[in-house]
Amino acid sequence: MSSPEIDALTQALSRLPGLGPRSARRAVLHLLKRREIALKPLISALQAVEQNLATCAICGNVDTVNPCGVCTDPRRDAKLLCVVEEVADLWAMDRARLFPGRFHVLGGRLSALEGVGPDDLSIAQLMARVTAGGIDEVVLAMNATMEGATTMHYLAERLAGSGVSVTQLAHGVPVGGELDYLDEGTIAQALRARRPVA
Amino acid sequence: MPTQPRTIDRLRLTDFRSYAHADITAGAGAVVLTGDNGAGKTNLLEAISLLAPGRGLRRAGLPEMARIGGSGGFAVAATLGCGADAPVEIGTGTQAEAPGRRLVRVNGAGAAANALSEWLSVLWLTPAMDRLFLESAGGRRRFLDRLTLALVSQHAGHTQRYDAAMQSRNKLLGGERAPDADWLASLEKQMAEHGAAVDAARRMAIEALGQEIAASDTGPFPKGALLLEGEAWEAEALEEALAASRRADTAAGRTTIGPHRSDLAVTHLAKDQPAARASTGEQKALLLGLVLAHARVVAARTGRRPVLLLDEVAAHLDETRRAALFAMLEADAMQVWMTGTDVSLFRAIGADATYIDVSNGRLSRL
Repeated sequence: MSSPEIDALTQALSRLPGLGPRSARRAVLHLLKRREIALKPLISALQAVEQNLATCAICGNVDTVNPCGVCTDPRRDAKLLCVVEEVADLWAMDRARLFPGRFHVLGGRLSALEGVGPDDLSIAQLMARVTAGGIDEVVLAMNATMEGATTMHYLAERLAGSGVSVTQLAHGVPVGGELDYLDEGTIAQALRARRPVA
Repeated sequence: MPTQPRTIDRLRLTDFRSYAHADITAGAGAVVLTGDNGAGKTNLLEAISLLAPGRGLRRAGLPEMARIGGSGGFAVAATLGCGADAPVEIGTGTQAEAPGRRLVRVNGAGAAANALSEWLSVLWLTPAMDRLFLESAGGRRRFLDRLTLALVSQHAGHTQRYDAAMQSRNKLLGGERAPDADWLASLEKQMAEHGAAVDAARRMAIEALGQEIAASDTGPFPKGALLLEGEAWEAEALEEALAASRRADTAAGRTTIGPHRSDLAVTHLAKDQPAARASTGEQKALLLGLVLAHARVVAARTGRRPVLLLDEVAAHLDETRRAALFAMLEADAMQVWMTGTDVSLFRAIGADATYIDVSNGRLSRL
């Protein structure tokens, strides 16, 4: 139906997370129809990213500059450090710009079954950053899974005695959530973490 | 608290096990399925058992439930009667593209499998459970966990997390390199937190069952006393005990302490002897008494009467007990689905029963 070049483009796009063959065809058609305003800017954006792609040597974030924009941002509070499992978690935390500090990406989570141990994660780099001083608080923002919780306890243990305060994210009722729709495990967590009304 | 009935008013199967299509309309009372061995009676009970969370009464994998020669997926749909309230349409099944993925619909909208527990509890007794008191502790723990889960919905989550953390710990201990002590401690913390919750929920379920059995008139069915054998685990004590048993666990190649080692002990109260020592018939009667008591506890706690599935149960009871069973089922007003090879076994049952003959995947009302 279409040329091999267009087919190859559709194939490549359909492999992207969140897309599929149908969405890829729609995207390709959109790009072909708007060569000047959509296709060309996309090509130059892709090229620019490809040429400068780098993993931040400090925090493990993915950016086009090294150290990354988050680490070099002078408005951020260097005393606060948030530890996350993956780059996607960093981006999720930073999307809302609510966390004023810097980040550290572990590159995964401890998983005995998948053979991911402490040496496979950037834990030594994290310890070095904390030991270097200047950090008051480390926020452990692991996922609320068994392996995430294990990683969190592990890091808390390693960071104990380093002189920084170590905190974790709260678990409980989501903003805008109705109690009626919550599972009992979440309600139990929220009850345990209850606090005086401000 | 007044309890509301739950009844499978209509059951439709598509490409499920031996059935290409099946459609059963049932009354509120007993549903009696009769037919030869291998006719497909238990398949119908299994279909109903899938209308609650879990793997169903055969604990089979989803792909093997799809009919051979069918579309590759299967569907089980039911109209669930709720007494005076409007009936609810619930359904579950798989699609050919993803035969291992369970889909659930409640009133036409997609839902999580766990959401089914808000509508219906299904409890069962099958011939596979006949040797429960004689076999390994694992089977009894699974039985107890199923009883517990019907009362404490968080039980499944705690069990899964405990098992996952234990598997990881075993893997670390069995590795070639010396395991990282902090990593082990973090896993043990998880095991302690969830293990203590598992243990507490089991003990709560056993106590509730014990009270129900003690308080109720079980007629000719022997009363059983239940006990959880094994230590009562508090989180802190379990964490310390796990840390202390690392060496022993490494040598054994598994975790030697914790709630996964507990066992359900059942005693024949009147004879004051372990259930395993009782005769085969007495064991069956004990188990049936347990399942009935559990059904009443579930009704009282959730406010909804469970649906009971009794596979080949009548044949193993003498006539007195059979009549007593039917009378108790009628008094509890729970819908019960029963199978048997001979319709004459069910003569003592109430007049509102539905009789269905099953032969070669074909259903006909008697």
